[in-house]
Parts: sequence; structure tokens; C-alpha cells
Amino acid sequence: MNVADACFIRVKVQSEPYDTAAEIESAKAAGGHVGAVVTFSGVCRDESGRLAALELEHYPGMAEAEIRRIADEAAGRWPVSSLTVIHRYGRLTPGEDIVLVVAASVHRQAAFDAASFLMDYLKTSAPFWKKEHLADGSSGAWVEAKDADDDAAARW
Amino acid sequence: MKLIYFAWVRERIGVAEEDVDLPAEVKTAGDLLTWLHARGDGYAEALQDPKVIRVAVNQEHVDHREAITGAREIALFPPMTGG
Repeated sequence: MNVADACFIRVKVQSEPYDTAAEIESAKAAGGHVGAVVTFSGVCRDESGRLAALELEHYPGMAEAEIRRIADEAAGRWPVSSLTVIHRYGRLTPGEDIVLVVAASVHRQAAFDAASFLMDYLKTSAPFWKKEHLADGSSGAWVEAKDADDDAAARW
Repeated sequence: MKLIYFAWVRERIGVAEEDVDLPAEVKTAGDLLTWLHARGDGYAEALQDPKVIRVAVNQEHVDHREAITGAREIALFPPMTGG
């Protein structure tokens, strides 16, 4: 069995909060060979008090499919034993979790790299869009995509 | 053919999705953007800078040169800002 076949991939797109600690435990529960678990948490900022919330819109169906395509690619490139990606949608207030990536492997470097790759690609190709809701109660602008994110994805 | 719009593309066009009958000369994703642009003010505003518009055919990203003949579902949206 090759490594990509052995990697356990879980993708969830949901409005409700998730339990990061529980997700780390499930990555460890995959077996005694797991020696490294890397997590990335994306959190809603208040932009120095300017924002009341972010509204995350997504393309149901494609969001899950695209994240899974990215995770499959990561599993083919690094010897990871599991990859978990959870992305939320709906109205999220500052401090709330937006996205979680958990990568588990035998040694740390594969988990670091796979998690970093997943986030870079997720930002530029998973169909989610953020709209700002301002602290003064008005509806702000759609967040603009950054060239730096394209550059980050291109380095892989 | 089912068209779906997201984020500011959806807001400017004014509907989230619609069914359209495409004329035979609309063969690629780029042709579709040109054809939609001519449909009215909201479309023209949403698609004024076609090169920034991303297209997905049957829930997979495609280039504007990609053929769309026989597609089930085509989505148009701005560059993504998830994560």
C-alpha cells in the first residue's frame, strides 16, 4: 500500500464550531506510528476594532470537493497518516475559529509541510468568500484576494 | 444550463442562480462571460473586468478558454478569500 492510500482524509464544511483538541486526539488515535501532529487554526480578527463580524459564503458541494482534491494532492506529496480540514461558513465574530488543518505523520517535517501546503492552496482555490460587517453596524466590503496568497501557493 | 453566482458577482447580478438557454456560438467559459455581459446593467457591472472572474464547470475550476458544451452547472465568482 502506498502512502497516499494509507492517508486518512477527513473534510468538513460546517457552520457550527468545532473542538480542536478532539480533532488532535482523533489524529493521534490513528495508530502508534503517529509521532507528530501539526495544527493550523485560522481565527476571525477584529482588525483593530473595525470589524463586528465576517460573513463567510461558500459554494456547497464544490467547497468540500475542492478541499478534498487539495488534501489528496498533499497526501500524495508527503508521508502523512491523516489530514483533517474543517472550514466554517456563516457569520463569525472576532475570536471565533474559521478553519482548522490537522496533519499527522511519523516525523514532524511532513506534517508541517502538508499543513502549510493545504492552507496555501485552500486560500486560493477553495470556494469561500469573506464579507466584512463593521463595528458601526454597517455592511462593509468583500475581502479582496491578496497577491501574497497566490505567491504562497505558487511556491509549492 | 444552470448558472450559479457567488459573493459580489451574485450581488451585482441580483440573483443567486438561474437557468439559461445558451446560443450555439457560446462555446467556452470566456464566451459565456461576454454573452452574459450584454444581458443588462447588473451583468455588465458584475463582469466589467472579466479576467478577475473565476469559472467552475460542474464544481471544478476551469480556464476561460475551456469548452462549456454539455456542462450541467457553471458557477461564476470572484477570487476566493477563504481560510
